[in-house]
Amino acid sequence: LPRVPAVLKKRLVKLVVNFLFYFRTDEAEPIGALLLEHCKITKEEENVFSISFIEEPERKYCFECATEEQCQEWVEALRRASYEFLRRSLIFYRNEIQKMTGKDPLEQYGISEEARFQLATQRQ
Amino acid sequence: MKLNERSVAHYATCDSPADHAGFLRKRVERHHHHAHHHGTSYQRRWFVLKGNLLFYFEERESREPVGLVVLEGCTVELCEAAEEFAFAIRFDDAGARAYVLVADGQAAMEAWVKALSRASFDYMRLVVRELEKQLEEACKSLAACRKSPQRSSSSSGRKRHLSNPALQPLQEKPTTLENGYSTWSSGGCVASGVTCSDHDGGQTKPPPLPPRRRSAAGSATGSPAPGLSPAMLECPVSPETICFSKLHNWYGQEIAVLRREWQERQKRGHP
Repeated sequence: LPRVPAVLKKRLVKLVVNFLFYFRTDEAEPIGALLLEHCKITKEEENVFSISFIEEPERKYCFECATEEQCQEWVEALRRASYEFLRRSLIFYRNEIQKMTGKDPLEQYGISEEARFQLATQRQ
Repeated sequence: MKLNERSVAHYATCDSPADHAGFLRKRVERHHHHAHHHGTSYQRRWFVLKGNLLFYFEERESREPVGLVVLEGCTVELCEAAEEFAFAIRFDDAGARAYVLVADGQAAMEAWVKALSRASFDYMRLVVRELEKQLEEACKSLAACRKSPQRSSSSSGRKRHLSNPALQPLQEKPTTLENGYSTWSSGGCVASGVTCSDHDGGQTKPPPLPPRRRSAAGSATGSPAPGLSPAMLECPVSPETICFSKLHNWYGQEIAVLRREWQERQKRGHP
């Protein structure tokens, strides 16, 4: 999976939790990583997507895939790769379950009071 | 190893709420070759936990972290140190360094251990998957209670009860929800997005969660070098831990400084 901007370089790219590691194709250790928080994944032209970060929106890390299908897979996977996305999903489900059943599903885990699981309006 | 340091520093210092924060004393890990072991020493640092990332700063007001610990594949345990209120973050990868931290008191220590042991991405994903199932089941049992066939009025009834039959806004609002790009500051976005009524698809299928590590490896363009298949890259000693320990080392400025100082002392001491 090559990486631009200046030159297309062939890289092996691996998504592990909220990090995107990239490797030279014959090496076991990564040469770099991108933390995927507060970032935006954009579908660019055919087979290409880019990652940009909130504090530097003009700077794009571009990736070209072998096929359009692969490109879509990556875009979808990366958009869900952040911890923040998981957190929001959790809060969403918790809220929905609570509304439907009247019970807080996190109580059984003993984590219902933890700050990071509160609705954003309740945090802080 | 390169890292998008500016973004990382931004994430560490921006005012998205931290999951936990406070001063801790961090044990300084000295080189094993250090001939004269002066005993362990600790440095007081400001620690900030955001998600699965534990950042530490020299001072509370520092603009950039001096260290980062990725809390994946680790356990957090109380430890037998000379210090009271000490705990350790240890990694499954035996080669990775452990972090020994000392809190100010019993309550602080317990709070940190609790927060850190539940901080991993994997844990979060587990809980979300569980809730996803629970919601599906709740929807099904609610639907099963309805004896009458679908009518337009019952779908609006569903809207009232389920508030979002589609569960799709999570998926279909990428610009506002993805990766916290523009939402965390607006707060409560998911909750308000849920009540929108245009997504009345009648689907209760929740959005799929990110796959567990599998689909990402080996997506090389064109034909990869012969023999370079994804299977080869999945070595039995989880390659992810190599990746994360590289990340831990990335910020290791403190270690580098200490090592240099030690080496200089060695030179001076041994003519």
